[in-house]
Amino acid sequence: MPENLPSSSVGLVRPAVMHFDEPLELECRRVLPKYDLVYETYGTLNADRSNAVLICHALSGHHHAAGYHSMEDKRPGWWDTCIGPGKPIDTNHFFVVSVNTLGGCHGSTGPATTNPETGQPWGPDFPMVTVRDWVTSQARLADRLGIDKWAAVIGGSLGGMQAMQWSTQYPERLAHAVVIAGAPKLSAQNIAFNEVARQAILSDPNFHGGHYYLHDTYPRQGLILARMVGHITYLSEDAMRAKFGRDLRSGRFHFGFDVEFQVESYLRYQGETFSRNFDANTYLLMTKALDYFDPAREHGDSLEEALAPAQCRFLVASFNSDWRFPPERSREIVNALVARGTDVSYGEIETDKGHDAFLLHIPEYMRLFSAYMGRVAEEVGNGPA
Amino acid sequence: MVRPDLEIIRERIPRGARVLDLGCGDGTLLANLRDTLDVRGYGLEIDPENLATAVEKGVNVIKQDIDEGLGNIADNRFDMVVMSQALQAVQHPERVLAEMLRVAGEAIITFPNFGHWRVRSYLLFRGRMPRSPLMPYRWYDSPNIHLCTVHDFEQLCREQGYRILERELMDRHHRGGPITRMMPNLFGELAIYRVAR
Repeated sequence: MPENLPSSSVGLVRPAVMHFDEPLELECRRVLPKYDLVYETYGTLNADRSNAVLICHALSGHHHAAGYHSMEDKRPGWWDTCIGPGKPIDTNHFFVVSVNTLGGCHGSTGPATTNPETGQPWGPDFPMVTVRDWVTSQARLADRLGIDKWAAVIGGSLGGMQAMQWSTQYPERLAHAVVIAGAPKLSAQNIAFNEVARQAILSDPNFHGGHYYLHDTYPRQGLILARMVGHITYLSEDAMRAKFGRDLRSGRFHFGFDVEFQVESYLRYQGETFSRNFDANTYLLMTKALDYFDPAREHGDSLEEALAPAQCRFLVASFNSDWRFPPERSREIVNALVARGTDVSYGEIETDKGHDAFLLHIPEYMRLFSAYMGRVAEEVGNGPA
Repeated sequence: MVRPDLEIIRERIPRGARVLDLGCGDGTLLANLRDTLDVRGYGLEIDPENLATAVEKGVNVIKQDIDEGLGNIADNRFDMVVMSQALQAVQHPERVLAEMLRVAGEAIITFPNFGHWRVRSYLLFRGRMPRSPLMPYRWYDSPNIHLCTVHDFEQLCREQGYRILERELMDRHHRGGPITRMMPNLFGELAIYRVAR
């Protein structure tokens, strides 16, 4: 709990909800008749509405990216290291919009929402949403907020995929795309990890075919396992060794299957916390959206062709110890852009923090991110009206 | 530091050219080319602070180690590739040269001439590895692992079949005069070459 909000914080923030009555035709060819998007904004929109940036969140993220909801909050939003006064996404200059993706479980319409046709929660019947669908829905939110063109669309991991998708789906509606710890598509290994996570949920007896809401329960164990395996892939081996080594909780072996090693304790804690705050059906949907994302697929597997419509400038960044979306994957994006003569800068940051690094305060990363966003701020006239 | 060769390089870049700058440092050259000649280029750089400074200037800069090759860049992707005072610091200068002339039709290369009389006399009279404003390092901490002379460079070009389109030698402060032109390997301190396949 912060006793005083730090001056580098956007302070106390409150989510807003935008309701959409216009049906949304999805990539899976189903139609969502109406939906809500929950979002937060930080900073002030300038007079010519040119300083708006969109934050796209990753697999387990949500709209609460910065600041605090109350003075009782233990921690600020998930990207508070990067959003706020004087931070890379400087709210003295930018109007920041952070939206919970469709199918999410933090307020935007998703599997836990009541299906108006049945009066029951959508559950497993919620349509499969893709990165393209998210971007379509975000564009509608931009319309409603009166934002014709984003100064930048920014995201890490799955959020970076959304930024990339923006650049080709609405090329004239963004000036910059910032793709951090991203990938042009998932590898077989990535999909394999997602599948293990999904199977953990699907095989939990409390899953009830996705209708667990009706049974007043949820697949807690499945979610815990899904998060545990996911979390391993977010950390590097070096980071795990540094953080836990082979440390034992009690200092000696107990010759049993209870938690003994610190790393076990940590993973279980992460899993349990996550299981209380995340909807299993949303997790299934989000991992599928990740698996399906492959913009080159419709272009003869040519990423260069897929990115051809992009008109914005790019910042691509990766982390050398990230083995979930390693630097090679970011370089594929960079190479495709260079091949077409699209403006791009690329940083490969040295850290042992693995995939999670994109959320952390790493000086080299902050320096590069601030340098790039500073340039974007100059373009939009440096500050609110 | 103001690089004395940047102006000479700039004069040799056609307006609107597609330029690749290997070891682009803080992006000074690319920013200048963009502002004065409408050049849209990319720089490759490995130092993070240089990279961020180049980004601040709004130039395209990519973190990439030249020693690992340019395999990610297609043949003839660029009109001109520039390497300013970095050839002597790469692992395999001959391979880098070949790569440069694969991705672009022409290359501008500058390097400190190890055949300059000051360098020669430093070694001759002091008996120690030469140091100069262009080569300020000590033998054990120098990134310059492949220093060469004008003669060495031209021999390599001949062996590889590269055409030398232009050669300019500078002394410490000015462009070379007649004496530098007459005996470039002795009086040229910084060599600037424009070469093609």
